[in-house]
Formats: sequence, structure tokens, C-alpha cells
Amino acid sequence: MLKDITLGQFFPGDTIVHRLDPRTKLLAVLLYIVALFQAKGWVGYGLVLLVTALCMAMSHISPKNIFKGMKPMLFIIVLTALLNIFYTAGTPILPGWIVTWEGIDRAVKMILRIVLLITGTFLLTYTTSPMALTDGMEVLLGPMKKIGVPVHEMTLMMSMALRFIPTLIEETDKIMSAQKARGADFESGNLIQRAKALLPILVPLFVSSFRRADELAVAMESRCYHGGSGRTRMKQLRMERRDWIALALSVLFLAAVIVLRRLGL
Amino acid sequence: MNAIIRFENVHHTYSEEAHESLSGIDLSIEEGTFVAVLGHNGSGKSTLAKHMNAILTPTQGKVFVSDLDTSLEENILEIRRTVGMVFQNPDNQIVANVVEDDVAFAPENLGIPSDEIRRRVDEALRQVGMSEFKLHAPHLLSGGQKQRIAIAGVVAMEPRVIVLDEPTAMLDPQGRREVISTITRLCREKGLTVVLITHHMEECVGADRLIVMSNGRIVADGTPVEVFSQVELMDREGLSVPETTRLLYELGLPTDVLDVESCAEEIARAFR
Repeated sequence: MLKDITLGQFFPGDTIVHRLDPRTKLLAVLLYIVALFQAKGWVGYGLVLLVTALCMAMSHISPKNIFKGMKPMLFIIVLTALLNIFYTAGTPILPGWIVTWEGIDRAVKMILRIVLLITGTFLLTYTTSPMALTDGMEVLLGPMKKIGVPVHEMTLMMSMALRFIPTLIEETDKIMSAQKARGADFESGNLIQRAKALLPILVPLFVSSFRRADELAVAMESRCYHGGSGRTRMKQLRMERRDWIALALSVLFLAAVIVLRRLGL
Repeated sequence: MNAIIRFENVHHTYSEEAHESLSGIDLSIEEGTFVAVLGHNGSGKSTLAKHMNAILTPTQGKVFVSDLDTSLEENILEIRRTVGMVFQNPDNQIVANVVEDDVAFAPENLGIPSDEIRRRVDEALRQVGMSEFKLHAPHLLSGGQKQRIAIAGVVAMEPRVIVLDEPTAMLDPQGRREVISTITRLCREKGLTVVLITHHMEECVGADRLIVMSNGRIVADGTPVEVFSQVELMDREGLSVPETTRLLYELGLPTDVLDVESCAEEIARAFR
């Protein structure tokens, strides 16, 4: 059951979107999010929708995978839509009804905005390996080192956490099997009973994680790890022509959305 | 030959324990040799290993790695790039989620230029026979394969010594064979000094030198043939000896051979 966790999932591929530099993709997603929140009229939303669909097609990521990842957010999407429908003042769709045309308009836009926001960020994580992503972040956030932000340490922790997810899942499975073999019951009972049954799993998992962390630290030091200064990289990030084109297009896209907003479209 | 690692009357006591883990170790390890250290749990063999790359420093006495004192802070980086260390649990020493990125970790830490790192990574993976797995995720590999990745990660640092602290303890027989043959090859073909800490007698047979530890002391030191022929000593320490040695010993014959052929010859000669 734990194998289903898809945190930081990445679908390897060889499309133009996969090959872009992670920095380009991170910046493009940033610009995309700003553009999304600038869109106001239907034409603006239409443009964002069109661009999203285009990117999705180029990256060969099927909409099915996007929607599968969106399931946990369904509750929030529905709730926002309902609130917007019922709490927006304006002309009722039928005399005496609480539902207004303005409410429906806002609800649909809200749903569109959340769905597009998730889709955009999914396109980033689905097409970029976690390592490339953290590398890109480290470089992009590099200037913040000057004001004392431990950028290298933060990104190292992130990639390390991603590295240990499968190891810890495996360990959890092992502990659960051991507990089940001794008659533990994780499936029945109410919520509180089930939460209580998880305690004998969490305690050994915690203890072993600390032991792992300790061993890992010694192993890293044995391999000459001494902080981020003076480190080099095997895979150096290089901005190609396609990266500059992609960035230029992203800026153009944002500009277009802002112009449409000014025009009231 | 010159000694790459030198212990001079080394004592070590873990702060929370009363008794000494190492009590007066004098030892020098020559460059290019394959040294096996055999002993039971608590014999001090792991503590000995951890002194070789300054993870631990002596509470009394001195350890020198290519004439650098391990107790001096400024020597530590140089010592660690000279002596690479492989640990028991392969899962807890792999830092990246792609094999080649993990092997590149040590050279990256040393600030080596990218194309040189690339060359070293490819070479290290070739030497442990894992080139075809370079883009795999480490958690999907077998224990023996993971341990070979860990060895490649150390080899990429281009150290002069590799210390392996019970590298086979968590592996199945197949993985154990893979690891032992890999390190034997590294020693014989690349001239790397190998220190193998183990409690498996069979893994020591191919070594140049065998050291037996007990209660923080070295109780036997010599070639595997010399050490194993001291059958009474090994029995007293509760360590097993190879079956050939055991057979010759029980027959009351000289126990100065290890392989089956020579053992058979020895028995045949006794019958003549």
C-alpha cells in the first residue's frame, strides 16, 4: 500500500521539455504562476489554458497522470467553487435565487485557476529529475548565500530526503510485517484505534532513522564532505539556445496576459 | 616497502564505557598489501578501522597515515582522501538517487573539475563492474550491487588505501562473493592497499596478511597460512579455521597449506 506514494514523482523522457535546463523550467513556472494570477477576463484565461495545453502536449505527459495527482486537491477545488457560487453578490440567475451569474463566472474562473496552477507545477516535477531540480534551485537561490541563507545545506537536505523516501518506505513495510506477524491490526477499528495502532510502527522507524542519519553523516565525512564551499559538480548546468528561447517566450506570455488584463479582456 | 598506516601504542576508550576498546596497538600496514583483520564482535576490530581515517582518534598513542598525524585537525581532509572507507550498511552510505551521481559525490567534494570527475566516475564504475547500472536508482539494486557502488564511490576519490568495515555482514553469499572478488581485484590490479575487517574466516584466505584481534589486542599477525596453523590459538578465540587446516591438524600433519590440492598432497605424502 505504501508503494503508491508518488511524492516527487518524475516521468523520465526525452522531449524538449525534459531537456530544458532545470533553471529555465523553474523560472518559466514562476512566470507562469504570475501570469495565471494576472489573468482576469475570459480571453486571458483562454490564453493561459492554451499555453498549458501546448506545454503538456510537448512534454508527452498525459492528462490522466495530471488528474490522478490532482485527486487529493478535489475537496479544496469543490469547496472554493461552492463558496464562490453562493457568496457572490450580483444578478440572480432566476428571480429570488441566491445563485448569481457573477458567482458562476467567478467559480468557474477559480476552478480553472487552481487546476491550471497544479497542472503547471506538475509539468515541472513530472519532467525534471529531483536531482536536477535541487541543483537548479541551488544555483538560482545562490545570490541568497550572500545574506547568510544556507542555500547549499537546504538543497542538500532536500535531495537527501528524496533519496531516503524509498529506503524508509521499505523499512516501514518491514516493520509493519513484523508487527502483523505478532498480531497487530492496522485495518480495522475507528480512526483513533487505527492511529494508535500506528504508534508501534512510528517509534522503531524514528529510532532507526536517527541511526541511519548518524551513519550517513560519518560516511559522508569519510568521503571528504566538508560543506558547500569548494565543491564542484560532475553535471554542470548549461543554458542552451533552447533555454533562452523558452525564457523569452515565457516573458512574452506574461506580457501578453498583462496586456489583455489592461484591455479588460 | 614503506608503511602507509602506522599505529604507535594506540589505546582507545569510548567515553561511555569503562574498558578499553583498543589497548596498546602497534601496527604498520605496507602499501599495496591486502590485509584482513579477523575478530569477534567487541574485539576492537571496527574501532581499529575507524582510527585509520580519523573518524576516531586515539585516547593515547598516535596513528599516522602517510606520515600525517590523525589527531591534527588540519590533516583530516588529506587523510580522508588517502584512506577511503566502506561501511557495513550500503543503504546508509549512498547519498544520491542515481548511481553515477553517488559515485561522483567524493570527487565533487574535493573540488575536481567536471570532466575529470566524469572520467573518474566512469573508470570507478568499470572497475567494480557496474557500468551498465550507472543511470539506475540505487534502491532498486541488490545488496552486493549497492556495496559495489559504495566501493566505486570510494575508488573515484582515488585513495591509496581502502578500509572496508565488515562490508559483507548484511549480504547474501552471492553478494559476499561479488564484493570480495571486487576488492581482491582492486588490490592486485591497481595496487591499492586494502584493509578488510571481517568475522568470516573464508574471506581472509586470499589476503597477504591476516591479523587476529581479541579484547582490543592483536593476538596473531602473519600470512593466513601462518595464522591459521595456530589452531589452538584460533580455537581459544572461538574462531574457525579452514576445513583443510582443520583436517591436517586433526591428522597430526603439518598445517602449512590452505588449498585443497596441497592438502591432498600433504595427506598422500603422509601415507607413503
